Amino acid sequence: MLLGAAMLAGPALAEAPPQGAATPRRVVSMNLCTDQIAMLLAAPGQLVSVSDLARNPRMSAMADEARGFAANHGRAEEIYLLRPDLVIAGAFASGPTVALLRRLGLRVEVLEPAESIAAIRAEIVHVGALLGRHEAAADLLARFDRGVARSARREDRGRAALYYANGFTSGRDTLAGEILAQAGYRNIAADYGIATTTHLPMELLVMAQPDRLITGARWPGQSRGEALLEHPALARAAPRLAEVTDRDWVCGTPFILRAIEALR
Amino acid sequence: MRALFAGLGLLVAALWLASLLTGPAGIAPAEAIAALVRGGEGPVPIVMTEIRLPRALLGLAVGAGLGLSGAAMQGYLRNPLAEPGLIGVSGMAALGAVIAIQTGLALSAPLALPVAALTGAALGVGLLVALAGPRGGSVTLILAGVAISALAGAGTALVLNLSPNPYAANEIVFWLMGSLADRSMQHLWLALPPMLSGAALIVSAGRGLDALTLGEGAAAAMGVSPAGLRWRLVAGVALIVGPATAVAGAIGFVGLVVPHLLRSRVGARPSALLPAAAMGGAALLLAADIAVRLILPERDLKLGVLTAIVGAPLFLHLIWKTRSGGRV
Amino acid sequence: MTLLDLRGLSVTRRNRPVLHGIGLAVRAGELVGLIGPNGAGKSSLMEAALGLIPFTGTSDLAALDPGHRARRAAYLPQSREIAWPVSVEDLVALGRIPWPGGGRSPADRAAIDAAIARMGLEGFRRRTALRLSGGEQARALIARALAQQTPLLIADEPVAGLDPAQQLACLRLFRALADEGHGILASIHDLGLAARFCTRLVLLAEGRVLADGPPDQVLQDALMRRAFGIITRRIDTPDGPAILPV
Repeated sequence: MLLGAAMLAGPALAEAPPQGAATPRRVVSMNLCTDQIAMLLAAPGQLVSVSDLARNPRMSAMADEARGFAANHGRAEEIYLLRPDLVIAGAFASGPTVALLRRLGLRVEVLEPAESIAAIRAEIVHVGALLGRHEAAADLLARFDRGVARSARREDRGRAALYYANGFTSGRDTLAGEILAQAGYRNIAADYGIATTTHLPMELLVMAQPDRLITGARWPGQSRGEALLEHPALARAAPRLAEVTDRDWVCGTPFILRAIEALR
Repeated sequence: MRALFAGLGLLVAALWLASLLTGPAGIAPAEAIAALVRGGEGPVPIVMTEIRLPRALLGLAVGAGLGLSGAAMQGYLRNPLAEPGLIGVSGMAALGAVIAIQTGLALSAPLALPVAALTGAALGVGLLVALAGPRGGSVTLILAGVAISALAGAGTALVLNLSPNPYAANEIVFWLMGSLADRSMQHLWLALPPMLSGAALIVSAGRGLDALTLGEGAAAAMGVSPAGLRWRLVAGVALIVGPATAVAGAIGFVGLVVPHLLRSRVGARPSALLPAAAMGGAALLLAADIAVRLILPERDLKLGVLTAIVGAPLFLHLIWKTRSGGRV
Repeated sequence: MTLLDLRGLSVTRRNRPVLHGIGLAVRAGELVGLIGPNGAGKSSLMEAALGLIPFTGTSDLAALDPGHRARRAAYLPQSREIAWPVSVEDLVALGRIPWPGGGRSPADRAAIDAAIARMGLEGFRRRTALRLSGGEQARALIARALAQQTPLLIADEPVAGLDPAQQLACLRLFRALADEGHGILASIHDLGLAARFCTRLVLLAEGRVLADGPPDQVLQDALMRRAFGIITRRIDTPDGPAILPV
């Protein structure tokens, strides 16, 4: 929490609003992850709207801040009516929506999800450039790098398994895998050659004998997919179970430092 | 006939053993059996007792239950197209289960889940029996079945889509297609007692089903109470299909394929078909569950996909025969 | 001995009175032919007598508990339904359902074998009943009723749809059963066959019994005209009377 507060307090509010033709004045972000980086970097008044998901405290590390912006639901009509001069979308945005907005003459930048610390660094720089906020980006980057350096301790914390609803796990090429490795765990996904996020039969999870089981947070309502995490075999195989908060794991933002911290 | 039952018994036993020995962990058979019998610490006993044993036992129970209910419904409705999965009884059970889960009822009392599924199944089979009855009309049966399945499927999808849980909507496919993956002993204990009592009810209706071969009037004149038979059938099927669906989803076609394959082997007598269809159903479902683990081990292929691939052509064949006027 | 006794029996179906105040008795040794136009309520009368449909009045048969009743009276419905491709032997064995023994006791076996032999079905024992001709199916279904070993047999249009030889064989059998001491109530449309084989005829029309007595008494012109709206010619032949509707 301290880390996040420090980051939020950081933005140089004193910095003058960006000037010049290349600097966008009305920016709309329509992706949960770009929302957060944009909120961290934008000048006051520069960011007009963020996605409605950014207000959801289960998924967004900046839910409170997001309430200060109009919410959009990723629909072309509402975004067009906001009259933005820059739209930032995630790679998972609906293709037809992006195409329509471009046909209407809007500038739409599509950003890939950041799945590693290196990608997060690149994203900060990229969004900073899009917003014309190079100094803010450099500042955030410096603070993020310090946090990463602090979190990187080389001691071995044992073997851990990431296990989500419906029996999915993540390997080293994913953000969750990176968080796990950064926190000093050896990921059992490597035993089975898993590098991405994929289904892992519970049998294999048990056979790998993890020291620690890390699951996603439970959502309201019920689902069979989540009920799987209560299977007695898991309780017997890995008594040390950690439920982590999704909001720090979902997006490649500096908030992953909180996720790394929580695993210690 | 004795040879048939002995053969089916051996087949079920062999498939049950094969189900225990099939899995991604690649445990050697001797080690697997030893871990199962002796227990102990370590990952192998956990895999065998907590993951594979409930799966194999549920495959046995759910398959036997579906085969038995299929044979019973066909005997009562005097129609070889009657099948709990196709005509919406399983779908209604799934709807009941989904409602119990999404309203949180299933959390408040463990029995709420099978009871809700059972209620759904009873509504489905009761509606069908009221509409189609033991008069053997295929058109009425299929029309009623289509309507009930559509309603149940839509209701299930609606409830799951309205859920605040992001994973719930993805579970429509489980409820429509069924799976035995990663079930636990808790599921078995929840489902088995009602399923056994349902089986006892259906078996007790065997002679009544035999008498129905001659029509409702002749059966009633032979002392078979129509109301008693109807009650036993509705309750028996609901007690089996409800809990089976609550733990394994709606698995179609087992109740259609198995009685069809075995009918001529037991001289077509409905009462003799009941135990044969139960054993055949267990064999089919265990085989299908082994196949989903061998064909696409990393994909959690749904059981209903396989049973439909086997069953749907047979269903078309039956319709064809019925359409051309002959009874099957 | 009276095997069936109906008194003041009335049946209403879908708010329409079908039968009103029927009185009818069938005694051992009688073959009672139930005649009357379509829709007169012959089938309803039989079903009500067995207690299969609701009625008012009394039927001594319907008053029995179902198991006891099924050992007193066998019923051959008009539709000769066989739902599944069972063997003739298994079909006949269904007649043993009302009896203890589960169809396998020595008494069951004896009754089944006797019924099969009496209907001349030995050669068809293992054949699938659904693959037999209509006449053979009718015989197998009668054998099922015989295997039930009841003193009373209620048959709804047993000879409808049969060829002349099968019709004769069926009614000869019924008459023989009556002579052996069974009581039989059978609805028949062929007035000539009814006149030749039945010991008594009951004419049902307008929801009530118009006439009940020996065939000659019942097949009077006035009654026929009233019940069927036709005139009948009676031709006496050495083999019995022939009734010709004209």
